[in-house]
Amino acid sequence: MKPAAFTYHAPASVDEALGVLAELGDDAKVLAGGQSLVPMLSMRLAVFAHLVDIGRVAGLSRVEVGERKVTVGATTVDSLIGRHAELSGAVPLLARVTPYIGHMAIRNRGTLGGSIAHADPAGEYPAVAVALDAEMRLRSARAERTVGAPDFFAGLWSTVMEPDEILVEVTFPRWDGRCGFAVREHARRHGDFAIAGAVAGVSLGAGDRVERAAVAMFGVSSTPVRARQLEAEVAGRPARECDPEQLGALAVSGVHDVVSDMSGSSAYRRRVGAAMVSRAWASALEEAMSA
Amino acid sequence: MLDGGNPSRVAVECQVNGVARSATVQARLTLADFLREVCGLTGTHLGCEHGACGACSVLVDGDVVRSCLMFAVQANGRSVTTIEGLGGPDGALSPVQEAFRSEHGLQCGFCTPGFVVTVTAFLRDNPDPAETEIREALSGNLCRCTGYQGILKAVAVAARAGRGAVE
Repeated sequence: MKPAAFTYHAPASVDEALGVLAELGDDAKVLAGGQSLVPMLSMRLAVFAHLVDIGRVAGLSRVEVGERKVTVGATTVDSLIGRHAELSGAVPLLARVTPYIGHMAIRNRGTLGGSIAHADPAGEYPAVAVALDAEMRLRSARAERTVGAPDFFAGLWSTVMEPDEILVEVTFPRWDGRCGFAVREHARRHGDFAIAGAVAGVSLGAGDRVERAAVAMFGVSSTPVRARQLEAEVAGRPARECDPEQLGALAVSGVHDVVSDMSGSSAYRRRVGAAMVSRAWASALEEAMSA
Repeated sequence: MLDGGNPSRVAVECQVNGVARSATVQARLTLADFLREVCGLTGTHLGCEHGACGACSVLVDGDVVRSCLMFAVQANGRSVTTIEGLGGPDGALSPVQEAFRSEHGLQCGFCTPGFVVTVTAFLRDNPDPAETEIREALSGNLCRCTGYQGILKAVAVAARAGRGAVE
């Protein structure tokens, strides 16, 4: 349970960090909060000759709440996101999923950027990113680019990021009008990896018709999954006409590679996933109705 | 920060329980092993060494963290508080420690330092917790004796007495 030896780099700026990554390529791994990476190193599931610790890079821990969008710096820790009142008002889902991430000690070190770059299929922040069409800002010594959530997650623990790139910030759009948001997650113990979970957002127009719906599931597949069929089904309809239970079933019907492991068979995960979607939807709708 | 000849060795300077500590260590040395092996503070226990059990919980700049999931070098310039730093200089128990003793919040004692450190930070931030909040706050710490009822009572007693704050 001890990590293999590595060379430690503690750059003070993003440019310095990018220089190190450009030189070392595949041999180096970015270390942020370390709450997923360090266990993997300790169990030697991963071995890197170099770690580039971005924990001391100036300017990467920040929350910028704008009128139309919110930008969160990559090394902003979960616990700060969970208690940031302005952020919670602007992008409620971020604050609401935070209590589900591990435990207090994990949230004090874990970072939003680390969670998204690590791309655990049961991760809460990746699911919020997918549901809300967040944009990931990636930088390398070569270039800078922005990748939208639908194109970002490539598979189990895998994204489109190149080894010399750093995720520097994530931008989430703000919703306005009559809207509601909710998260539901099932795990065997609070803070454990989700067996299945769902995040939902809904905004209502005239006659309580669904103006916008955004639903994503996590824990059920190798990446977070957007429930596109559900969203198409509810679009423009009077919200009360939509049966949450049917919507849950519809959401999981579009997932083809449902995970099966010791925590649950794929059939079980489908049922739990459908239940989480239907509860998250009902709760988000309730909030929107009373807004 | 890098130690000239051997790039996998690094200098660490931090405060531990108010005492300045400095050493040159392997970069891969966790904060937990630094506390136990370099500082000789063996009150911080290592159960799983991969962040699942919570026995190694310590405070870094006042925040509870798992010391097995942090490298010693990441504590550079920071202030670390271990179980040894919670009591009085004369060995007097802290209010949380006192409550664990009076309510039988420990059996074999292996997980106890992690629980006490976690509860100390929790009650400082939330002096009047609901029982569900206490359970959530303790969810990251495992007691293999399964002595949770006494632990829950200890937290409630420490909170009720309003004595949970870090001095």
